[in-house]
Amino acid sequence: MPEVQYIHPDYFQVDELLSDEHILIRDSVRDWVNRRVKPIINEACQKHEFPLHLTKELGEIGAFGPYIPEKYGGAGLDQISYGLIMQELERGDSAIRSAASVQSSLVMYPIYKYGSEEQRRKYLPLLASGEKIGAFGLTEPNHGSDPGSMQTKFEDKGDHYLLNGAKMWITNSPIADVCVVWAKDEDKIVRGLLLEKGMQGFTAPETLNKWSLRASVTGELVFDNVKVPKENILPGVKGLKGPLSCLNSARYGIAWGVIGAACDCYDTALRYSLERKQFSRPIASFQLTQKKLSEMITEISKAQLLAWRLGTLRNNDKATAAQISMAKRNNVEIALKIARDSRQILGAMGITGDFPMMRHMMNLESVITYEGTHDIHLLITGMDITGINAFA
Amino acid sequence: MKILVLISNVPDTTTKVRFTGDNTSFDDAGVQWIINPWDELALTRAMELKEAGGVDKITVANVGEKTTEPTLRKALAVGADDAIRVDVPARDAYFVARQLAEVAKDYDLILAGIEASDYNGNAVGGMLAEMLDFNSVSAVSGISIDGDKFTVNREIDGGSQLLSITGPLVAIVQKGIAKEPRIPAMRGIMMARKKPLNVVAAVDAHEKTSYVNYELPAPKAACKMVDEENAKELITLLHEEAKVL
Ligand SMILES: Cc1cc2nc3c(=O)[nH]c(=O)nc-3n(C[C@H](O)[C@H](O)[C@H](O)COP(=O)(O)OP(=O)(O)OC[C@H]3O[C@@H](n4cnc5c(N)ncnc54)[C@H](O)[C@@H]3O)c2cc1C
Repeated sequence: MPEVQYIHPDYFQVDELLSDEHILIRDSVRDWVNRRVKPIINEACQKHEFPLHLTKELGEIGAFGPYIPEKYGGAGLDQISYGLIMQELERGDSAIRSAASVQSSLVMYPIYKYGSEEQRRKYLPLLASGEKIGAFGLTEPNHGSDPGSMQTKFEDKGDHYLLNGAKMWITNSPIADVCVVWAKDEDKIVRGLLLEKGMQGFTAPETLNKWSLRASVTGELVFDNVKVPKENILPGVKGLKGPLSCLNSARYGIAWGVIGAACDCYDTALRYSLERKQFSRPIASFQLTQKKLSEMITEISKAQLLAWRLGTLRNNDKATAAQISMAKRNNVEIALKIARDSRQILGAMGITGDFPMMRHMMNLESVITYEGTHDIHLLITGMDITGINAFA
Repeated sequence: MKILVLISNVPDTTTKVRFTGDNTSFDDAGVQWIINPWDELALTRAMELKEAGGVDKITVANVGEKTTEPTLRKALAVGADDAIRVDVPARDAYFVARQLAEVAKDYDLILAGIEASDYNGNAVGGMLAEMLDFNSVSAVSGISIDGDKFTVNREIDGGSQLLSITGPLVAIVQKGIAKEPRIPAMRGIMMARKKPLNVVAAVDAHEKTSYVNYELPAPKAACKMVDEENAKELITLLHEEAKVL
């Protein structure tokens, strides 16, 4: 197995803002990615297959719910640790980071935050270890950016709830053992329900033919008169703030994660440009190549500082949803641009699976859309600074 | 049974090597430090032995200043039970072995990497065994516990050798001792926070070597490509330029 060459760009000595423990966490996940993800990811992507065998290993290293307390199987780490884990996973592939994001922020987080003590004990340890896979169902075929208009609903039938509706674009849906599903009660209030694989009337068909996140499984969740036991409702939250708080946590992870993808692209392009010669000189000696590389490292440095600052705010419980939106939006955008520019530096080589750019670039097209689209995040900033809602 | 694993703190293999002080010392500014790869494998084997049963405790030890503590924390995160740091900069192999001898007496098995990837000195393990009057075997590529004895595998020219040897033992290990170094899990990293890292004062000792001068290898000469049909040119070049024929 060829050794993975990677030099992590740290132009503004951001490492000095991290603790020794943060660096150990980051380097451990980096080693794991080099060993377990890098060698298989191109093939998984080409075959449009999720490397399912990695879920238990992700659990073993502690990538699922790292900030969940130890008594529920988490590691009780801080927000910067979580961010660093996401960064390293996404350097491998956005699909692997997505699996960890969904499991941690969209499934474990709501169960921890809004679940009953029994729900926490029942689900969290198995989700932390990767023995069970989770999914999060918010988006519907007709309601994406506007989840408040969702149609999935449930009725109180005395000894159970009866759930009807459908969710779409759900990461992990076909392989999930437990799904956090957001649906409206008879008073039109959004509530969280815990659905388990195998419940009668509950199916989860896969969405095929993706050009993005090919190493991640996406699918639908279809509920046809599903009887959901009453103890499966999340007691601790009512309304859209339930799913939105989960998204805040996941978006925060994305703001870090995409830095990993960007760094992978930049590092690859820098190395290649120093080795590749045209007109008898390394292509790195041409001004236009230097412009691309310089802009990349500038944007990476800005993104790193933004993510670090956001993590510090989150550690102190001070980050606002609008700050998270800005960081997610900015960092995904620069990562996508870096993927494109770095691919150009590799010329034809850049389109092959031997290098990661094309894969990252295609993945990032999903990342710029899910967890709130690029434009919606811009409107969130707009609303925050003007006080005027431009959505609806 | 108690195992001591010696841990050397070395620059990451991708480090750009530079010198200071008129080329008399290594410039460690901006250097990333890692566990010496052989020591990391030794620790992995120690963990495997502990998991197989019969090992009560794994201690890791390092001679170095506070800056080496992240390396020891990593060893604790991987699974060592406690750590010792002898609080003094590592000067030379004799000096390091002398310091370790003070803390290594009570162990049944000491695992030392065959060399450290910084200075490749190849000396600490052997010196330490001599100072402690322990048995020692070098170039060990396999070790297991067999009652009150150790079964040790060595790679030798053209084959391998199997030894049975009594403890206390210093096993100087090389590649093959374990497959892959272990990666610390997040929970291990959390647990490492609470594990003891004991700092002990150095004893008086004098190094036996002094560093006179460091030099970088000459830069690689440009690669000359010779057409595959042109064997004659290749021979001429090897003869006249490279002067190896
Ligand atoms: C690979 C993948 C995985 C996903 N995983 C999950 C998951 O696990 N769980 C889950 O619940 N969802 C998931 N999603 C869904 C994702 O969150 C939605 O796709 C996203 O919220 C956008 O919704 P939409 O696709 O319906 O687009 P739409 O909302 O239809 O938006 C289409 C376009 O219109 C724009 N637009 C919409 N409203 C406005 C407005 N008011 N002003 C200006 N522009 C507007 C948008 O910015 C966008 O450009 C996933 C999506 C993908 C691609």
